[in-house]
Amino acid sequence: MTALVAFIRGKGYNKSMRDLISDALKGHGADYIEIHFEESQSTSIAYRGERLEEISRARNSGGNIRALVQGSWGFVSFNRLDGLRDKVALAVKEARLAPTESGGPFKLFPMEPVVDKVVPQLKQDATAISLATKKELLDSYNNIMLSSPNIQSSRINYRDGRKQRTFANSEGSYIEQAKTDLNLRLTAIAREDNEVQQAGLSMGSTGEFSAVEGLHEQAREIASRAAALLPAPQVKGGEYTVILDPVLAGVFAHEAFGHLSESDFVYQNENLQQVMVLGKRFGGKHLNIIDDPTIPNLRGSYKYDDEGTPTRENYLIREGILEGRLHSRETAAKMGERATGNARAINYRFPPIVRMSNTFIAPGSASFEEMLGDIKEGVYVKDWYGGTTSLEMFTFSAGEAYMIRQGRLAELLRPVVLTGNVFTTLQNIDAIGSDLGMNQGGGCGKGGQSPLPVSNGSPHIRIRHCVVGGR
Amino acid sequence: MEHLMEVLRSARKVAEQAEVFSVSSPDSIGIQFEANELKQVQTKESSSTALRIFKEGRIGFATASGGGGLEALVDMAVETSQFGSPASFRFPPRFHRDYLEVPIFDPKVEEIAMERMVEIGKELIAKIRGHTPDILCDVQVTKGTSSISLINSQGGEGRYNSSFFGLSLEGILVRDTDMLFVGDSESSCRPDFSGIDDLADRVIWQLEMAKKKAAVSTKLLPVIFTPNGVVSALLSPLVLAFNGKSVLEGASPLKDKLGEQVFDKKLSLWDDATIAYGVGSYPFDDEGVSSQRLPLVTNGVVMNFLYDLQTAALAGTQSTGNGQRAGGFPRPDISSLILSRGDVSFQAMVEDMKEGLIVEQVMGADQGNILGGDFGGNVLLGFKVENGEIVGRVKDTMIAGNVYQVLKELLGIGQEARWVGGILQTPPLYCSGISVATKGN
Repeated sequence: MTALVAFIRGKGYNKSMRDLISDALKGHGADYIEIHFEESQSTSIAYRGERLEEISRARNSGGNIRALVQGSWGFVSFNRLDGLRDKVALAVKEARLAPTESGGPFKLFPMEPVVDKVVPQLKQDATAISLATKKELLDSYNNIMLSSPNIQSSRINYRDGRKQRTFANSEGSYIEQAKTDLNLRLTAIAREDNEVQQAGLSMGSTGEFSAVEGLHEQAREIASRAAALLPAPQVKGGEYTVILDPVLAGVFAHEAFGHLSESDFVYQNENLQQVMVLGKRFGGKHLNIIDDPTIPNLRGSYKYDDEGTPTRENYLIREGILEGRLHSRETAAKMGERATGNARAINYRFPPIVRMSNTFIAPGSASFEEMLGDIKEGVYVKDWYGGTTSLEMFTFSAGEAYMIRQGRLAELLRPVVLTGNVFTTLQNIDAIGSDLGMNQGGGCGKGGQSPLPVSNGSPHIRIRHCVVGGR
Repeated sequence: MEHLMEVLRSARKVAEQAEVFSVSSPDSIGIQFEANELKQVQTKESSSTALRIFKEGRIGFATASGGGGLEALVDMAVETSQFGSPASFRFPPRFHRDYLEVPIFDPKVEEIAMERMVEIGKELIAKIRGHTPDILCDVQVTKGTSSISLINSQGGEGRYNSSFFGLSLEGILVRDTDMLFVGDSESSCRPDFSGIDDLADRVIWQLEMAKKKAAVSTKLLPVIFTPNGVVSALLSPLVLAFNGKSVLEGASPLKDKLGEQVFDKKLSLWDDATIAYGVGSYPFDDEGVSSQRLPLVTNGVVMNFLYDLQTAALAGTQSTGNGQRAGGFPRPDISSLILSRGDVSFQAMVEDMKEGLIVEQVMGADQGNILGGDFGGNVLLGFKVENGEIVGRVKDTMIAGNVYQVLKELLGIGQEARWVGGILQTPPLYCSGISVATKGN
């Protein structure tokens, strides 16, 4: 926080950050107040075809204040740190705008104050690697893709960043956390006449540069796949038995079930609460879905969430039965459950909302061959373009797909989109593999906050009666 | 402006050319209702500054916001310039258009009190619940002003203010495991309180049409895309294809099609940054190039692509005034798009259908190969038409198609257009032969 403190001193303050915050929080008559400060730095590199099109660096600092009065929140975010006390007062005033008859009593899941400092441990911190090294590596991937047959163009998007966050609240918590993040996407674009097809790869890490090194073989592979898609047929739309690879099954776990486990969708919706009753069966005994921010070195890992709640492993589904869900302090209190440490904000411009961390389907015992076994006509779907959910219905799109005929992988297909109702689809998972893989690429978007670093994963899974879109 | 001059002066010492851009929003206010109740009131103060330099012929770029960042701007830009792309253009020495020519600031926005915004949210929720009492509405009422400043080392200098007022509603109705999502939004540079009624009426129409359920079968069907449907299903591939960057690298399916008829003769589309009080409007773009009304498609013929300075220079053409920054590097992007009206009423389109779909909202439509023009996704909100009548809402239904095939021959274009999200003004489009897939075949 050195630059920030210097900045405050420059404005005539002469106090430590902690004192400054505790002074600003005093005597406003709110039920609860918290304050976030953040300093961040990032580097972005983008290629389009052979051109290194954008290379930029950014520095950003700012903060926010959140105040709770009778169940209603006020939120103030800022770049300028002067007048902190006035900003707190504004947040309290905003919180009081809700008419008292609709506001409930003070309700946040109770927590012991935490004072801690978290520093990432990295072998090779990407944010400390020179631009020249990064460019050399990305050039090598780009050259491989662009020199492959039928490849017209490419995209590379690389981004690394470091955030230093300070959190304090009116209950006495004071936490400093530093976090690094790294994200790379490679895309090869093939073209022949009017046909354009693409294939891509997403990687990421908590700032460890080695995660994006040595991907030359993968770069070659996506280039040849993009070219192979040019003459590939489109799947005939309809209902199929599908096998999902670990990457796409991870996206399924995230989109189809993970978002439904976010309690801010549930806690004020009585009908939805009846659907999501703990103890209800959602799938077979082989189905376990877990969200866990405590696993070391995944992009969705962290020690405290943005409300200062310590994190823990959370079983969402255990042996097919709904066991838990993801909470902020507020949703936990309203639903009479425990805060899980899932209140997260992408940066200081936004209040924390309930988000996932590392979400995955736990491994089972089926082998890939067993899954293929008795499928007469099905689709094997791999990799992802994206996914989205409306809670009940989800869609996600596979970057790579093959027909399955008579228990064997057959022709390559154009990318397909899968959709379904989450409740029936979970019941229709009839085989879970043993080969858990975690996918660290991409990011999650919700409520205008995107992309949040998360990871997701799964072994291969098989789903009966899945709707696959095509022409 | 003074701190921008300071950054420009220190950049000039190390670079051949330089440009400083800044956006500041003193207080954007957002009122959020969750599950029909006021949940949160937000005030956001933000400012950021971007520096672009040409050093030894290469582009360097850096952004900063908050304390301590401005001093670092020049160093960061110099560092990136070692690897940046060769600069192929010059910064414009004069910004021709006076900011008064494109009105996008309404001082009335500043006068609306938070309390009034809360009232607006309540009114809107009350209207919707008057129709469907057990619906849960999330409503956002937002407003704010921004001040944009741009100066460059070639003498170019400009500044303008804009204002914003927006209203959005998402309603959810859960019955057992069935979830119905409805919703719509309005946005403008000026507060328009009649928009509340329009928005409520559209959402009530959605609720009314969704009262019954209907099933379709897996086959090719005609589809009416409502204005919302056009945006959620068809827009992304087109925006990408008309982007000068896609054209320059040869990835756009339209790259060789200038002057050729690619779309239905009834279809015309233009980008217009000069619409009074349009949220996508501006007097000059984020690089200082005057905004304009740019035809993209005229009677089905491809007319223009969207360019910023660098892309235009590389393509051997002129910037179209579409250089925009979403917090980062300037890139070509749409301002606001307008799709021409046709001559068919919505009712006539519905009556014309023996069996078909009305698509209002598609989920995940831009996850496929949008560069190739593909769209496809789950019909989040859509209605079945049978023998000229809307018979109910469809579920478990996917549509898929390719915009270049679908828009080549249209069955009809609606005679009434409306704005969606401040991005696109469009009538409904009546399309044939869309692939529909559903559960149970």
